[in-house]
Amino acid sequence: MTTIPWLTILMVVPLVGSLLMIFLPRGNARLIKQTALVFALATLVLTIAMGLQFDGQSTAAFQFTESYAWIPAFGISYSVGVDGIGLVLVALAATLVPVVILAGWRDVPDESAKGYFALLLVLDTLMIGVFAATDVFLFYVLFEVMLIPIYFLIGRYGGANRAYAAVKFLIYSLVGGLLMLAALIGLYVVSANELGQGTFDFATLVGLDIDPNTQKVLFLGFFIAFAIKAPLWPFHTWLPDAAKESTPATAVLLIGVLDKVGTFGMIRYLLPIFPAASEFYAPLIIALAVIGIIYGALVALGQTDMKRLFAYSSMSHFGFIALGIFVFTSWGASGSTIYMLAHGLSTAALFLAAGFLMSRSGGSSAIAAYGGVNKKAPILAGFLLFGTMSSLALPGLASFVGEFLVLLGTFARYIAVGVIATIGIVLTAAYALRLYQKVATGPASPAVEGITDLKGREVTALAPIVLLTIVLGVFPAPVFNVVNPAVERTLEIVGVTDPPPVIGVQGGEQ
Amino acid sequence: MNTDMLTAPSVDYMAILPLLIVAGAAVIGVIVETFAPRGARRTIQLFLAFGSLVAAFVALVSEAGLRSLEVEGAIAFDGPGMLLMGLILLASFVAAMLIAERQLDPAGDSFAPRASALPGSRDERELTARGYLQTEVWPLFLFAVLGMMLFVISNNLLMMFISLEVMSLPLYLLAGMARRRRLLSQEAAMKYFILGAFSSAFFLFGSALVYGFTGSVEFAAISDALAAQPGQTYLVIGGVGLISVGLLFKIGAVPFHQWVPDVYQGSPSAVTAFMAATVKVAAFGAILRIFYVAFGGLRWDWEILLWIIAGLTMVVGSIVAVVQTDIKRMIAYSSIAQAGFILMGVASATPEGLGASIFYLTAYAFTTLGIFAVIMIVRDGSGEAGRLSQWAGLGRRSPVVGAAFAIFMLSLAGIPLTSGFIAKFAVFSSALAVDQVIPVIIAVISSVIAAFFYGRVIVIMYFREPESDGATVTVPSAFTTLALAISVAVTVLLGVLPQPVLDLIEQAGVFIR
Repeated sequence: MTTIPWLTILMVVPLVGSLLMIFLPRGNARLIKQTALVFALATLVLTIAMGLQFDGQSTAAFQFTESYAWIPAFGISYSVGVDGIGLVLVALAATLVPVVILAGWRDVPDESAKGYFALLLVLDTLMIGVFAATDVFLFYVLFEVMLIPIYFLIGRYGGANRAYAAVKFLIYSLVGGLLMLAALIGLYVVSANELGQGTFDFATLVGLDIDPNTQKVLFLGFFIAFAIKAPLWPFHTWLPDAAKESTPATAVLLIGVLDKVGTFGMIRYLLPIFPAASEFYAPLIIALAVIGIIYGALVALGQTDMKRLFAYSSMSHFGFIALGIFVFTSWGASGSTIYMLAHGLSTAALFLAAGFLMSRSGGSSAIAAYGGVNKKAPILAGFLLFGTMSSLALPGLASFVGEFLVLLGTFARYIAVGVIATIGIVLTAAYALRLYQKVATGPASPAVEGITDLKGREVTALAPIVLLTIVLGVFPAPVFNVVNPAVERTLEIVGVTDPPPVIGVQGGEQ
Repeated sequence: MNTDMLTAPSVDYMAILPLLIVAGAAVIGVIVETFAPRGARRTIQLFLAFGSLVAAFVALVSEAGLRSLEVEGAIAFDGPGMLLMGLILLASFVAAMLIAERQLDPAGDSFAPRASALPGSRDERELTARGYLQTEVWPLFLFAVLGMMLFVISNNLLMMFISLEVMSLPLYLLAGMARRRRLLSQEAAMKYFILGAFSSAFFLFGSALVYGFTGSVEFAAISDALAAQPGQTYLVIGGVGLISVGLLFKIGAVPFHQWVPDVYQGSPSAVTAFMAATVKVAAFGAILRIFYVAFGGLRWDWEILLWIIAGLTMVVGSIVAVVQTDIKRMIAYSSIAQAGFILMGVASATPEGLGASIFYLTAYAFTTLGIFAVIMIVRDGSGEAGRLSQWAGLGRRSPVVGAAFAIFMLSLAGIPLTSGFIAKFAVFSSALAVDQVIPVIIAVISSVIAAFFYGRVIVIMYFREPESDGATVTVPSAFTTLALAISVAVTVLLGVLPQPVLDLIEQAGVFIR
């Protein structure tokens, strides 16, 4: 128990920033943007300060914990705390918000800047909160409330078809959210029957011995919510529309961070609270994940629109993450966590670089409109190349570490699944390189003719992403030190051990 | 004549003081209408209405601990009854502010200059031209409040029937008093009256059957008689069924909901607000009491019926609301769907279900009042802007009003941190606690359908470009502004910090008999 309420401070700082914006003059867009950036950077600095105090050797499940009664009548408390997995994702959120604020400096006309940047800061608060919550009810509340800023960010500031995309996103998410609510209340009733007093406290719920059949029902409620959020095949159809109609900044936060709540929820809540059901459904979920990997990659291969391509590629990558979680090996789970981080970074690189390109050349996101960018804007093309490399998991980049570990963990348990998933990597390389080839190489297309290269602000926004991707790809040890204890604790609760190393060696050779 | 055989009933006048205050103010209001000079009436009526509501509330709070049967067992002062009466008084207070609004309509207020004048007649045109404003809404309003307060504490079938009529008759009249769109308003009043009279007849017929079987109209005696003769006859089943029809009509449950959209649309919005918020509280209070106290022993028979009606009400209300293009009709269908959710709490037939229903009613009442406050101030040249498409871009032109309406929509949709979410949570958990999984799943599906049209209002307000004949926000007087502020505050506070109200409900306990 620390004396400084780190996580609450992290949540309060951006919220204060967004409230402050209400009082800023609407006309002074520059001041509004600067305020947003200052508060987002302050949150990042505080996150780093907190992260440095994280004790990798600690035996406590959660660190920086706080707990206050909120609605005692329903056993609800405001409880926060992070384990290694939570910390990594909090850090991802805190990193990407200042990046997208800087990158999205000119996303919206000056007169609507106020709402846009205020919503981005609100989202910062909610994202940190959702990864930090240790009360399942608090998690649910933040999970649902997060919809609202995103709904407005897509619906109000997005592209031509934005209202449709926003409503589709909202409805899909609410279906999942309400199913989860029903399961959540079911869990509460189960805890009330067992303990005499219902609770939403995560640690207490993990300790419950829930009847396997009840587990199977409740598991589904949570799983569908997470599978829609993450999105897994066949719950994915909202994502391409939302990604296409969003501004690049919104898309980065939506796909890079918000969707991770789905996979985070699987590893944090599904596995420990419903261990028996997790084992029961694992084959099904692995099947969905593998279908997603291949389907997403194949559809990405056929896309004519950059943003939609990124969306399908993300769906394929979410397949990898879910696969790593449900093969129940420590390699798989650690790999998934690293992959969540790496995918957040590579999504940011791709969407922002593509966004810069689109904003320079009339806004079209059709692949066919572009060509020869590397001749006119070499720095921009360079970042785009980096994004595609990161997406196809080039060795030396963070995504490679994640993808490799996930496959290692998969081969250790199911060789056939590992083989199919590996085909996904080949397809990823195909669509990623094809995209780069069409957009950046060859003769310059008319849309690309007059464009200028990236300026200081844009390079400043992208540089940290590139740097982090490379550093974590070459030296991932600090992240592993933080993540591994949390992963081991989770698998211990599920009651599985890694398969004997002999298969692991075979898996390692692929 | 042997008159000394009849002893006068003992009445504790202090206990029924809240009722007496409202009744007294209503009667004085009628006298004022007759004798006070036209110019002074409004001041006196406002003073009477607000004064009596506040005084009744104070009297109610001062006897909050009272748990007893009064007036020879005809009315029951118990925790839930007290809470519901308090809620009715508070919601009526806010509704009164909306009724008192006079700044919105250029002609004066939103009520017809004389309710008895035929629509479009010379008489009416003359009265309008002379700028007549009437104040007869106030005594009618107070009588309706009195009826509602009695309705939730009635402890026998006759008392319940009388309070049902005291509540309903003024409302039939109020529904027909809109200044604009007179024909629509009169049609609404007529429909409400005819169908309401039918439902009253059903209630009365059911009461007669139950009396025939049990030999009493007292709830406790009915309950005992049912327990003593467990074999049910058609008499009881028929009686309970007919009484249910009468009460379900008042809450607008499917299939007794047809009157709701027409009446909501035609009535003056301030009256709709009053009706939508408080009638629902009163009728649910009566349903809860009669099913829990009088027919508690038959719960295995009526539970299944209520679950089915709850499911139907949620699904039909939500689906039909999707295709509405008029904001008031949409809210009307949404209120039908909401009634289905509250019925889930009733059908749970547990103390948790009772508490969940009361919480839901509290949340729903204030959100609804707020919604109609906004509907009143969003206007075009000819009055309130009813068509949803006219609301396009409203959120951007009037950020405060837009945000308030968005909060109400999110609350009805059950998004966390609003009162609607905690309310849904409470009824869902009361249903799951009695292992009713299927109704909860139906409720989840209805919630998703409902989220679509609540979300669409936000889309229209925020994401669409304004139309040429679009609506604008008329600046209201302090009355409506305050009513709106209270509604927003309650909606958000009950969502973020519901514990005090949950404590209050917990302490209130259950019905006495």
